[in-house]
Amino acid sequence: MSEEKQCQCAEIQEEELYPRLEEVINQHKGKGEDLIMVLHKAQNLFGYLPRRAQEMVAEGLNVSLNEVYGVITFYNFFSTVPQGRNSVKVCLGTACYVRGSQEVLDKAQKELGIKVGGTTEDRRYSLDVVRCIGACGLAPAMLVNEDVYGRVKSPHLVDILKKYE
Amino acid sequence: MIKATINNVEIEVPEGTNILWAAKKAGFTIPTLCNHPDLPPGGQCGICVVEIEGVPGLKRACMTPIGEGFKIKTHTPRLMATRRQLVELILSDHDTSCLTCVKNNNCELQQLASMVGLNTLDYKNESREMLPIDHSSISIVRDPNKCILCGRCLQVCSNIQTVNALAVNHRGSETLISTAFDAGLGNSVCINCGQCVVHCPVGALYERSATEEVWAALHDPDKFVVVQEAPAVRVMLGEEFGMPVGSLVSGKMHAALRRLGFDAVLDTNFAADLTIMEEGTELISRLTSGKSLPLITSCSPGWIKFMETFFQDMIPHMSTAKSPQQMFGALAKTYYAQERGIDPANIVSVSIMPCTAKKFECQRPEMNASGYRDVDYVLTSREIGRMMREAGIDMKEMPDEHADPILGEYTGAATIFGTTGGVMEAAVRSAYALVTGKELENVEIAPVRGLKGIKEAEIDIDGTKVKVAVAHSCGHARALLEKVRDQIAEYGKSEYQFIEVMACPGGCVGGGGQSWGSNMAKRARRGESLYAEDRSLPMRRSHENPEVKAVYEKFLEKPNSEKAHKLLHTHYYKRSAVDGKVLPG
Repeated sequence: MSEEKQCQCAEIQEEELYPRLEEVINQHKGKGEDLIMVLHKAQNLFGYLPRRAQEMVAEGLNVSLNEVYGVITFYNFFSTVPQGRNSVKVCLGTACYVRGSQEVLDKAQKELGIKVGGTTEDRRYSLDVVRCIGACGLAPAMLVNEDVYGRVKSPHLVDILKKYE
Repeated sequence: MIKATINNVEIEVPEGTNILWAAKKAGFTIPTLCNHPDLPPGGQCGICVVEIEGVPGLKRACMTPIGEGFKIKTHTPRLMATRRQLVELILSDHDTSCLTCVKNNNCELQQLASMVGLNTLDYKNESREMLPIDHSSISIVRDPNKCILCGRCLQVCSNIQTVNALAVNHRGSETLISTAFDAGLGNSVCINCGQCVVHCPVGALYERSATEEVWAALHDPDKFVVVQEAPAVRVMLGEEFGMPVGSLVSGKMHAALRRLGFDAVLDTNFAADLTIMEEGTELISRLTSGKSLPLITSCSPGWIKFMETFFQDMIPHMSTAKSPQQMFGALAKTYYAQERGIDPANIVSVSIMPCTAKKFECQRPEMNASGYRDVDYVLTSREIGRMMREAGIDMKEMPDEHADPILGEYTGAATIFGTTGGVMEAAVRSAYALVTGKELENVEIAPVRGLKGIKEAEIDIDGTKVKVAVAHSCGHARALLEKVRDQIAEYGKSEYQFIEVMACPGGCVGGGGQSWGSNMAKRARRGESLYAEDRSLPMRRSHENPEVKAVYEKFLEKPNSEKAHKLLHTHYYKRSAVDGKVLPG
C-alpha cells in the first residue's frame, strides 16, 4: 500500500517538472549544438531522462529524436531509468576486480533482481559499476550513496543493503 | 591538375581527387567496405588504407585527397596483412551464417573476404550474444547480428532522405544502429522507402518477405491468383538473371510470371494510365477553381508517409488519387472479377514492386475499397527474382509475351511512371488533350527528365502557363516543399501549380525493392530504358489506352465519378514525428 502511494507521489512531482524543462529548452530554442548541455540540465531536474523529456528536447532544439537517443545512450552519465533512493556502486577497477568484485557485482544483481544501470521497481536501489574509487587498499570496494565499504565479501552484501531504506 | 604515382604508375588527376578514385584511374582497385559511390566517404571501415612515401602511418584512401608528387603504394605486404586483419576483426563479431543469409552471393563482405585473400579466422568474440531481430516493420527487417556498423544506412536515411529514423546508439562493443528508444523500425518515423536496404553491404537489412504466402496461393487450386508488375520492375528484373543493367524485359517478365503459375498476368502499367485519367482530371479541376494549388502527386507510398509525418500542412494539396498499385487492387476484385465471372473472395491479388513501402501501403487499413484487401501480397523485384530462380525459370530464355486482358494494356505514358519526372510527363500529355481537345505534338518533355534533384518547367496548355516541379529523394522533396510552404505563407500561393514527388533517388527505378547494390549510374540506365520503351510503343498517351476507355464505359462512367472516387481515391492522416503512428483526430 505504502509503495503505491510513494509511486504516485513521484509521478506527480515529475509532472510538475515539465514546465521547468520547457523554460530550459526555451533558452536554447533551435540550437542543436547545445544538446548535451540541455540534457545535462534535464537530468539534473528529473534525476534521469524520461522519454517525454527526450521528445521535448528533440523538438525544442530541432534535432532528430534519434540523435538525442544516440547521445544519451553513448554517455554513461545519462540515464533513461529513474534513479533509486540509494545508489549502489560496485568498483570494477583493476585491484578490486582481481580481489573478486565481479562476484560481489553478480550477487548484487541477483539480490536486487536488476542489471547494471537498472533501478529496482520500488525505486529503493539503483545499481552501477565504477572504475576505481581510490580505495584499492580496501579491495574489493563498493559505495552506497556516500558510504564506502571495503573488503566486501558477497555474503556481507545483503546486510549492507538492508541498512538503506 | 595533380601529378602523382600509384604503384609506380604515373597519373594526372584534378585537384581534390581522393586516392581511391585516383587509383582506379591508374588501374588498381583498392578494396573498400563502407564506401559507396553515391554517399560521401566516412572512413569507418579502414579497409582502403594505403602507404604514402614519406608520410608516417597508413592513410585511408577514401578520405585522403591526392597531393602533388605523392608516391602511393596500394598493395604492399604490410597493407595486405592489415586488410586481412581488419576483415577478420569485422568477421569476429559478425553472424557468419552465410548459406542461409538473404544476401548469400550478393554480400560485399563475402566478396571482400575473397578479395583480400582471407584464409583463416583467428579471432572469435566468445562473449557475443545473438541480438533480437527487428521484425516490427511491415516492410523492412533489421538483423543487428549481421550489421557491421559501416553507417551507410544511416547516411542515406539522414542525409539523402532526411528521415532520421536511424542513429548510432549505445557504445563500445554494444554499439548498435537502431531507432530511437530501440523501439524498432515499425515504431519509428521510418517511411519504409528501403534505401537503407539497397545501400546495406551485408544482410543486416532486407524486405519482409511474402514469398511463402505467394507460393501457397499459387499452389492452392481454389484460388485465382492475379499479378501486376510496376513499370520499374521490367527494367531491373533482367539484372537478377545476369542481364546488363537496364535491360528491358517486359515481354519476358510476363512470360516468366505465367510459367510461375499465376492465373492472370496483368500489368500495373494499365493502372498507371488509369491514374493519369483520375489525377489529370483532378489537376484540371484544381487549375480551373484555383483551389489547393499546387497539386502534388501521390503514387509513392514512402513519400506519402513522409508527408503525413513532416509536411502535414500539405495534405490539402495532395492528389486524392490512389497509387496505380492500389487502383489496380480495387479494380481486380470488383470490375475484373465481375467481367471474368470470378468470386472476388477467391482472388488473391499479388503485386511485383520495386519498392518496400508498397508492402506498407497495401496494409493500410483504408485500402479495402473492394470489400476485401485490395492487394493481398507485395513482392519486391528481388523476391520475384528469387522465386523464379527457385522454379528453374531463367529470364534470358523466356519468349516475349503480352499481359492478359482486361487490365493488361498500357501506353508509353504509363511505363515512364517508373522514373523521376515520368508521372509529370504522362499527366501533361493527357491534361493537354483533356483541356484543349487537341493532342500534344511533341510528347517528350525534356526539362522534367534526368537526375537533377529538383527540376522545373513551364508548360503552355493552350495559352495557360502551368509551372511544374519534380523532386526525387525525400531530401529534395523536403527542400522543394519548404519553399512552397514559405511562398504560401508569404504570398498566399506558390509559383507552382503541379508537383511530382518520388521518395527514392531516381524515382522507382532506384526503389528500395530493386537489386542489391543500387547506385545512381544504374538508376540512370534503367530510366533510359523506360524512355526507350515509351518511344517503341504505338500509343504514348494514357487516354488512348483502349482498356482504360473500356473500364470507364462499362464500369466507372467517367474520371472522378462517384464510383471512381469510392474505388480509386483515398485520404491521408497526420502522423507522429516520434513513432510514425497515426495521430488521433
